[in-house]
Amino acid sequence: MASSIATDTPPPPAPAPAARRNQSTGRAGDKIFLGLSRGSGIFLLVVMAAIAIFLSIRAGIAISEDQGNFLTTFDWNPAGSPPAFGIAVLLFGTVVSSVIAMAIAVPIAVGIALFISHYAPRKLAAPLAYVVDLLAAVPSIVYGIWGALFLVPYLGGLNEWLDSYLGWTVLFEKTEVGVARSIFTVGILLAIMILPIVTSVSREVFLQVPRMNEEAALALGATRWEVIRLSVLPFGRSGVISASMLGLGRALGETMAVATVLSPSYVLSLHLLNPGGGTFAQNIAAKFDEANQLGRDALIASGLVLFVLTLLVNGAARMIIARRKEYSGANA
Amino acid sequence: MKLQRKNRLRATALGVIAVSSALALTACGSDNNSGGTTGGTGGTTSGAPSNVKCDGAKGQVLASGSSAQKNAMDLWVKNYMAACKDAQINYKSSSSGEGIVAFTQGTVAFAGSDSPLKPEQVADSKKVCTGGQGINLPMVGGPIAIGFHVEGVDSLVLDAPSLAKIFSGKITKWNDEAIAKLNPGAKLPDLAIQAFHRSEDSGTTENLTKYLSATAKADWTYAPAKKWAAPGGQAASGSAGVAAQVKQTNGAIGYFELSYASSQSIKTVDINTGASAPVKASSANASTAIAAAKIAGTGKDLSLKLDYATKADNAYPIVLVTYEVACDKGNKAATLPAVKSFLSYAASADGQKLLTDASYAPIPSEINAKVVETINSLQ
Repeated sequence: MASSIATDTPPPPAPAPAARRNQSTGRAGDKIFLGLSRGSGIFLLVVMAAIAIFLSIRAGIAISEDQGNFLTTFDWNPAGSPPAFGIAVLLFGTVVSSVIAMAIAVPIAVGIALFISHYAPRKLAAPLAYVVDLLAAVPSIVYGIWGALFLVPYLGGLNEWLDSYLGWTVLFEKTEVGVARSIFTVGILLAIMILPIVTSVSREVFLQVPRMNEEAALALGATRWEVIRLSVLPFGRSGVISASMLGLGRALGETMAVATVLSPSYVLSLHLLNPGGGTFAQNIAAKFDEANQLGRDALIASGLVLFVLTLLVNGAARMIIARRKEYSGANA
Repeated sequence: MKLQRKNRLRATALGVIAVSSALALTACGSDNNSGGTTGGTGGTTSGAPSNVKCDGAKGQVLASGSSAQKNAMDLWVKNYMAACKDAQINYKSSSSGEGIVAFTQGTVAFAGSDSPLKPEQVADSKKVCTGGQGINLPMVGGPIAIGFHVEGVDSLVLDAPSLAKIFSGKITKWNDEAIAKLNPGAKLPDLAIQAFHRSEDSGTTENLTKYLSATAKADWTYAPAKKWAAPGGQAASGSAGVAAQVKQTNGAIGYFELSYASSQSIKTVDINTGASAPVKASSANASTAIAAAKIAGTGKDLSLKLDYATKADNAYPIVLVTYEVACDKGNKAATLPAVKSFLSYAASADGQKLLTDASYAPIPSEINAKVVETINSLQ
């Protein structure tokens, strides 16, 4: 499956002269299609604007009634008197768990992708790619249950090991008793969850490396590793970055799996192995049911922050990709 | 071509294996979970719908609210609908907060709630109850069990101050002097206590903290609330989540409705209330404690004020009473007959008897008589 995509890439379309775009041929079909496609575009913008306005208004109400500081309060109590809630812990937990996930998943995913695209015998490559894709088909609640029932009990040993040998880093110092229902465990679980998407996108990109480049490297006497280093990785770098960003997007927004595994609290702690912490999506899932009107608005406000965070991450990825345009797959 | 097909075949085979193993995985997961639900609804077989009076009840009644009374509702609805074919009761178990919001917006005929309406909620309800207001009808009682898991310890006695100290993190070891004093002869290990609480806002948390702040003011300095206020400890989602953590963690203690303890065979703490003997968490003992409650509501409102500090023998003080919230006047004409006949059935002797089977506690007869009277007067 994968190879057919690689070989069948269409030739880049000839740049259409700008003048032709607005020229009407006068045929009814053209006009209708133009109307439909323009309508779809406008519809999307209207929907987006409506969502954004709704969210901003509700978030605005919540923040104006917040008696704590929305950015720095270490608590989430919109039903209290006075209501006080802040996103500091959630922002920290979201970012840190996603960073852990990326640190684990991206190297492994790139390794799998390279193995499938350049090392594995054909007979093995296709089924392996299929199995990796299958990982993405598992619903996140199933990952959550697996994490809570299997991963958490079995991570106790690893946690002890990290605590005793890397405890001096503060990050891996476990200061509280309790099973491994921590931000660190969440990071590991998220890593498994984003593995398929990062792998399959990287694999597609690696398969698109022009044959000429690789053969040129081989002709210069490069070994297979050197071919990968000289032609495949530079060519695929922007692709791997976009793949990672797709994965990061999923990790930032993951809800059910995190809510099932984590033991949430509103304590901001650098000790990643301690139970506690929280993420935006997990907090919304946990708090929405019993929330009053202000509570829901507050959750919407936190959702908006997650939205902005994702937007920033995507923007940063696009900037990186744009800077490396010379290697981009589109120019191949 | 041939080679490709072969590959595809193999890929599918591998896929099938992976899918089936994933299924096996989910099966494990749901297996563990179903323990909670099957135990809760264990009483489904009992109680034939004999004395249900339909009184011309017709149409669909929407209701929503507390998940704490879900199992009781399920039993009642099942029996009621078997007897009254024309009426349909649809209770969406979500949360007390959601149920009350739905009620004050007029989208449900009645709501289930773990705590009585607050004054501002009563004010809201006047909009939907023309000429009347929302009232609380105590319908389901239940003990909140304190479950523990300490290997080598089969029974444990605690009192309010020691519970408060454990849940607020002031007692951190199982062999602490305060616990040892209450359990002479027990072999308490030198093990860290892992206290679990609910991660989401919950009526169960509110009722436990009401008990703690009423009976151990010195050690529990937090105001009773749906949100867990004490620092430290670990959190899990839902009663089922807390029960699962207590079940699998040596050194754990947590709180949940009794049905979760009995269905997963989690040992529960006996409470030293000052009565002649420590009191076990059971339906009957909870009913005894609820009988000591006084009606705090005025008019037709029957919200209860529980006596948490009760020292009566066999009165288990950590209880929760869940209410049905309906309008005293101004219920919607279309659903009123069905609401009245359904609630009458729930409050009847037959309806209340079902509660014990599902690890709830029936409302004591004196209060129950007033509930029946009030239901009959609903307009």
